[in-house]
Amino acid sequence: MTPAAPTAPADDQRTIYERSQPGRRAFVAPALDVPARPLDELLPARLRRSAPARLPEVSEPELVRHYHRLSKRNFDLDTGFYPLGSCTMKHNPKLHERVAALPGNARLHPLQDERRAQGALELMWNLQEALGEIAGLPHVSLQPSAGSHGELAGVLLTRAYHEDRGEHRTKVLTPDTAHGTNPATVTMAGYEVVKVGTNADGGVDVDDLRAKADEQVACLMLTNPSTLGLFDPNIAEIAEIVHGVGATLYYDGANLNAIMGITRPGDMGFDIVHFNLHKSFTQPHGGGGPGAGPIAVSERIEPYLPRPQVIRREDDEGAAFLLDEERPKSIGKLRGFQGNYGVFVRSYAYIRSLGAEGLREASEVAVLNANYLLALLKRAGVAEYLPVAYDRLCMHEFVLSGAPMKRELGIRTLDLAKRLLDFGVHPPTVYFPLLVDEALLIEPTETETKETLERFAEIVAAILREAAEDPEIARNAPYSTPVRRLDEARAAKQPVIRQPL
Amino acid sequence: MSTYTSATDADRRAMLDAIGVASVEELFADVPAALRLGRPLALPAGMAEQEVYEHLKELAGRNVSCEDEISFLGAGMYDHYVPSLIDTLTSRSEFLTPYTPYQPEISQGGLQVMFEYQTAISELTGLPVSNASVYEGPSAVGAAAYLAKLTNGRPRVLASRGVHPHSRETLTTLARGYGQTVEEVPLRDGATDLEALTAALSDDVSAVVLQQPNFLGAVEDVAALTAAAKAVGAIVICACDPIPLGVLEPPGAQGVDIAVGEGQTLGNRLDFGGPSFGFFAAAQEHIRKLPGRIAGETVDVDGKRGFVLTLQTREQHIRREKATSNICTAQALNALAGVVYLGWLGRQGLVELGELLLQRTAYAREALCAIEGVEPLHEQPVVREFALRLPGVDVDAVVERLAAEGINAGYRLGRTYPEHADGLLVALTERRTRAQIDRFAEALAGALAAERGAAPAGVGA
Repeated sequence: MTPAAPTAPADDQRTIYERSQPGRRAFVAPALDVPARPLDELLPARLRRSAPARLPEVSEPELVRHYHRLSKRNFDLDTGFYPLGSCTMKHNPKLHERVAALPGNARLHPLQDERRAQGALELMWNLQEALGEIAGLPHVSLQPSAGSHGELAGVLLTRAYHEDRGEHRTKVLTPDTAHGTNPATVTMAGYEVVKVGTNADGGVDVDDLRAKADEQVACLMLTNPSTLGLFDPNIAEIAEIVHGVGATLYYDGANLNAIMGITRPGDMGFDIVHFNLHKSFTQPHGGGGPGAGPIAVSERIEPYLPRPQVIRREDDEGAAFLLDEERPKSIGKLRGFQGNYGVFVRSYAYIRSLGAEGLREASEVAVLNANYLLALLKRAGVAEYLPVAYDRLCMHEFVLSGAPMKRELGIRTLDLAKRLLDFGVHPPTVYFPLLVDEALLIEPTETETKETLERFAEIVAAILREAAEDPEIARNAPYSTPVRRLDEARAAKQPVIRQPL
Repeated sequence: MSTYTSATDADRRAMLDAIGVASVEELFADVPAALRLGRPLALPAGMAEQEVYEHLKELAGRNVSCEDEISFLGAGMYDHYVPSLIDTLTSRSEFLTPYTPYQPEISQGGLQVMFEYQTAISELTGLPVSNASVYEGPSAVGAAAYLAKLTNGRPRVLASRGVHPHSRETLTTLARGYGQTVEEVPLRDGATDLEALTAALSDDVSAVVLQQPNFLGAVEDVAALTAAAKAVGAIVICACDPIPLGVLEPPGAQGVDIAVGEGQTLGNRLDFGGPSFGFFAAAQEHIRKLPGRIAGETVDVDGKRGFVLTLQTREQHIRREKATSNICTAQALNALAGVVYLGWLGRQGLVELGELLLQRTAYAREALCAIEGVEPLHEQPVVREFALRLPGVDVDAVVERLAAEGINAGYRLGRTYPEHADGLLVALTERRTRAQIDRFAEALAGALAAERGAAPAGVGA
């Protein structure tokens, strides 16, 4: 007799709230070691909570098992190739977790007296110096929490700079290839977005820029290499146009991984740069943060930097590091305390591990890996269906268009991405940048091996061959993942964003 | 030097051949010669892992952390115990190393964590909708005021002087960008002055910002303040310390529209100020204007339960300049620690922890105020933090004397409240025992006596 098929619902689909049983617990409060007083004496009843928060009631073993099992429903960088364009998914060195967890870092209170936080302040100062050197701009604020927060800092600095000179400008220019955070930031900072076009080589359309650059323009936000993975050789001319109308030039550092030690935004003429420490500088991305978005600026922007700044002061007893709050022209604070220090520890450890030579090598190999992968994809017969959007050497990433694939094979970029999941690789960024039809933005990073790139090229070629025979396979992919294609329209139309209890 | 790369000389030759160039240099042909750095970066040479570890350990060793002293320092971040299971779970590569879940089929773990987190924050605050995290507490206040601006377009924001100074400063910085002005509502006996608030209110007020408990530790009468603000149609934003919400009436039950706050105390380390997370919860009507990521439940093609990022038409990658916020990367890993911590505390534990804090804080407040030369700064109810006055002595010098005895006495209010130059803000967590409180009281009495008998005020120890 065959055993009956299991009928109970899959245990791995339950939430922690659905595992809750009244009376179960993990937490044991420390003993009450002071005389107990009636609660009414301590907190009037009308201010007290009348119904407890319906948090789960589970034991420690159940809690650990639940989240451990949830973790196994994630794909991650330590498991496999993650060529997510513009996100720089490079290896996260394990040393960094160890040093960040040292009690002198992990249990250091942010308001500790500066004299008793000298190690932390020195680390921050050293990191400021290093980032300033990498950017080619002398002054660094570590405060912003992520890239888009750094962008906001940059645009607010721009506003402060112009207003200090008695100018009230209204517009910020962004290329049509820009990350979505750029235009969103511009609106939050109270400016109007004006788009600048892209030329046939994938760079800024200089004529369009010249036509739009006027005295109302506060800033041009640019990333170079661009989101197409191309270095804009006209950057000096672009800087001249922007500076010619008195505007600032802002560098979105999302693509810094291509140029460390090779060329510097400051030398290209940029006034303000943000870094994504969770991209080029190995802070693990955590499934959506934490990151950090320090900024580096030129002399003329320095007076407006956020408070506080870490400064170094030399006296008879040696060097001391201080948090300088006395910055009369500062835009103020962008967040609490001094920034995401735990991220600074990791990125500082990375910079000290690699040094000047290692950082340059990282960028060189990132660019080498991207070009090799591009060459492999061309050679594998992929180019016929997935041509590169701009056919030239790329920097650390490149963009393919899935338009011919859609036309000839009947599968979209989305289908290719979903089919890749069945092969155990994370798909590239899809449908970005917006100006390439059916775009795939591929960034292999320097920490991947040649063999990994070769395997990826083979997988893509295999999926295209498979689609030529039966496009339904890709159209219905994936098959081997914890869940299959999800109904996103339903989630948006009837939002269920918390567990009903 | 560590590299984390694997391209051997043989690899490089083969790869360059395949590309069709002779050298790596050629790959950078688009970078104009004039813009090449042409020298190595002026940075120290790279080091082996062992050497980097020693260097970082040496730096960390020069900090005095809560591991090294008995700390009563709070003022926005608190030395709560972080249970071991959080280290275990947050260090799993599957949580630590993925990007934002753009591919939901292979990100169900992270997405379900977000969904469970949103549920926990909703329960904690008594508000129906929560996002998946923002950066940290003070910028969450700024993000909430931006939502108010998008909703009613009014020009003024009123913030209680009891709101954390960093939150008020952040709010002012951000509001200058989106075109609102921030005005302060004064305190009376340590709590927001209802009369002054009422006098300042009019129909051009976009939002009123409160903090519970406020920066001086006082429990505010949020319901009364909220009622006044709502009379002119202002949106009420309340920044909450999450742990006291175990014993305090939640903002959602007091008419608050948006509850935000610093999430550090929920299972996150101090880390010298970050990374932690900010939480952001709101009334239902604001669901399509929330900033940041939101996870939602749905089904897959086989009808199996699953989770996705949802309501994305709010977000920068879709709406660009019309987005409700520019936030992209937030604090997912820290929010994971938050939901695991709340699960560890559980329904009863959150209340028990809050009640323990109430009892020990009352004990400490009484013990310290019994010392000659110590007065309460206000008489309001408190949960985990309270403000004292040390009239007639140099507070800095007293704090230094205590530091020499291995006790961090707390936050000198004169740093940000000139009107309380003799003020000291003392915070407790469940790690501070009665024995430590007694030791603190004894040391404080000694320091005050010594200070009064020693040099005139202004000359530090």
